Parts: sequence; C-alpha cells; structure tokens
Amino acid sequence: MNLNATILGQTIAFAVFVWFCLKYVWPPIITALSERQKKIADGLEAADRAQRDLNLAQNKAADELREAKVKSAEIIDMANKRASQIVDEAKDKARDEGQRLIAGARAEIEMEVQRAREALRTQVAAIVIAGAEKILETSVDQAANEELVKKLASEL
Amino acid sequence: MPEYESGTEYIAHHLGFLKYGQKADGTWGIAHSVEEANAMGFWSIHVDSMLMSLLLGFLFMGLFYMVSRKASSGVPGPLQNAVEFIVEMVQTNVKSTFFAKNELIGPLALTIFCWIFMMNLMDLVPVDWIPLFAQVVAQDSHLYFKAVPTTDVNITAGFALAVFFLVIFYSIKIKGTGGFLSEFAFHPFGKWALPLNLVMEVPSFLAKPVSLALRLYGNMFAGEMIFMVIAMVGWFQLPLHFAWAVFHILIITLQAYLFMMLTIVYLNQAHTKPEAH
Repeated sequence: MNLNATILGQTIAFAVFVWFCLKYVWPPIITALSERQKKIADGLEAADRAQRDLNLAQNKAADELREAKVKSAEIIDMANKRASQIVDEAKDKARDEGQRLIAGARAEIEMEVQRAREALRTQVAAIVIAGAEKILETSVDQAANEELVKKLASEL
Repeated sequence: MPEYESGTEYIAHHLGFLKYGQKADGTWGIAHSVEEANAMGFWSIHVDSMLMSLLLGFLFMGLFYMVSRKASSGVPGPLQNAVEFIVEMVQTNVKSTFFAKNELIGPLALTIFCWIFMMNLMDLVPVDWIPLFAQVVAQDSHLYFKAVPTTDVNITAGFALAVFFLVIFYSIKIKGTGGFLSEFAFHPFGKWALPLNLVMEVPSFLAKPVSLALRLYGNMFAGEMIFMVIAMVGWFQLPLHFAWAVFHILIITLQAYLFMMLTIVYLNQAHTKPEAH
C-alpha cells in the first residue's frame, strides 16, 4: 500500500468526470424523466376525464331518449285525437250533405210529378174532347164546353 | 495461469503495478521489479490503474452522454431505459438522504456509483485475461498490469480525497469558517470541554475519508486475492470461480452503492448544522 501521484490523478479525473456529468449528462436525463412523469400523469388524468365525460354523455343521451319517447307518445296521442275528430266532422258533414241532397231530390221529384200530372191533364182533356167529338160527331163549341172539360180533367 | 515458479510468485506478480516514476539511479521509467517500484517516491504513477480507470470512466460517461443527448420524454429505448433506471435509482437515494439543495450531489453520486461499479466489475473478468492482453500488446511477458483499479488504494483514496474536499468546502460555505470549526470545538460536550471535544471530533472527521477509501479498497483487494487463489487450483477453478463470481456480483454492487450513499450522507452532514447539545 504505497500512496503516490496516482491519487492526485484520480482526484483530478474524478473532478472532471463529475463536472462533465453535472453539465451534460444529468440535466437532460432528469428533464426527460420529469417530463415523462408529467406526460403520464396528464395522460392518466385525461383518461379519467374522458371516462367521466363518457358517463355524462351516456346519462344525457339516456335522458334525452326518455324525453323523446314521452314526447312522441304525446304527439301520437294528439294525432289520434285529431284524426278521430276529423273523421267525426267528416261524418257529420257527409250526413248533412246527404240529407240536403235527399231533400233536393225529393223536391225535384215532386216538381216532376206535378209537371207530368199537369201535362197528363192537358193531354187527357184533349183526348176527352176528341173522343166526345167523335161520339157526338159534331163540333162542340170548344169555348162552351171548356168549363166542363176542365172539370173533368181535374177529376182525373 | 501462465507458468510461474510458485504460487507466491504468481500472486506477487499479480499484485505489482505498472509504475512509472524516478528510479534510484535518477532516470525516469517503468519499474521492472518490486524493489524498483518501492524505491520510487511519491511522484510516481500507477499507469495501469489510471489507464483502466480512465478507460472505464470514458466508457461509462460516453454511454451516458450518448443517451442523455438523445434523451426524450417519449417511449425510451432499452439503453435509455437502463440508463434512466440507474439515474432514477441514484436520484431517489439522493432525495431520501440529502435534504439541502445542491445541484452537484446528484451528478456526483451518479458518477461515483457508476464509475466505481465499472471498476469493480473488472474483478469479474478472469484474473489473467486483462494482464495477458496487456503483456501481448506491450510485447513484454513480465509486464506488471493490475486490471482492477479499485484494488489500488490510490484510486479509492482519490475518490475519498475529492469527497473530503467537497465536505470541507460545503461545510465552510454553508456554516462559515467559524461555524465549521466550532463543530469540533464545542461539540458534543459544550465549550468547557473544548480539548476533549477536539480529541473526539477531529479524528472522527478525519476517519471519514480514510474509512471511505479503505473500505472499498479492502473489499476489492480481498475479493481479487481470492480470485487469484482460485486461479491456481487447476481445472477446479471453473466451478469455484463461478461460485465466487456470483457472490462477488453482490459485493461489487454493494461497495459501489455504499461509497455513493456514504458520500451523500457526509455531504448532507456538511450542509446541516448539528443539533444543539
């Protein structure tokens, strides 16, 4: 065990290496380490946040779906009501219209009957006169017998 | 195991350093024998220890530098992952042991741990490989070459010396010269027992770097010695070597870790005032 200048050489070499390490090796590695640590922490936090957001979104979607269902049911209800209302109204209208048509037709028929009857009467009067002329073989004074013929015709 | 006259010679040769210094006749050069090496004074240097130490230092620093230049906070590759694992381990230890604020401690601890670990790791390379390689390269079959720098007390003492200087520097910087000296004078027994305090505190302060250096040196030296002894038993060395190597993995890691932790602890003490007594 003899001490010599090697001890000084080693001390100096050591000082240089420590200086080099302090200057060029330690800081970048430590920076990288702490940056990665931060990145990982951020990543985990982001994942947590995303999970929370997802849950919130799912809840919201479920709520909205429920609401939409209630609303659609209401709309269908309303539509059904309105439809039956329209049908009822149409039925009423149709009935009134039918009634009206029936009444019109009846009036027309009545009128036609009257008219036919009138025509028939005049024709019958002519036929009766012609018949009577034939029977009597004489000319009947039309004006004198007018009263009689009309009376006859109206009895038909 | 190359041919040697005896096991003693084999081990003795393995313990010799490639030493450069002034020889007894006044010329400068490599020592070729133990006597020659011992005759050299303080101003001589262990070329093998320094070479291996610097080689491993550059290897580890280069590796870490490469990673740190490309370090990103994205998904790390395997190398970056490994380096980050070590850096994070060091940082965790620093944070749990060092409570003041000092940017130097992390890099210091990292350098100590990795560098010492790399040097200790050379202990797991079979004991003759690196010396034989050096002998082939140097074309000298009798070349002394010690492959494990931490089995050289100069290397471990070099670390300890640097740590010792840092402890003194930060003690004075944080507490002031007076505050630093008063720790020796007025603790643990108050100002009326000043001589007793000095007798207790000064040796315990000086013992820190000494124990730091000798603990690592002693462990590695003993470990290598056992590897050498194992290398002398013929074919049986293979299972024995394996068993001791496995056990030694634990020792080399533990010693590197211990050196780092003690450095952090000593520097933490330098940054904090002792509790009042």
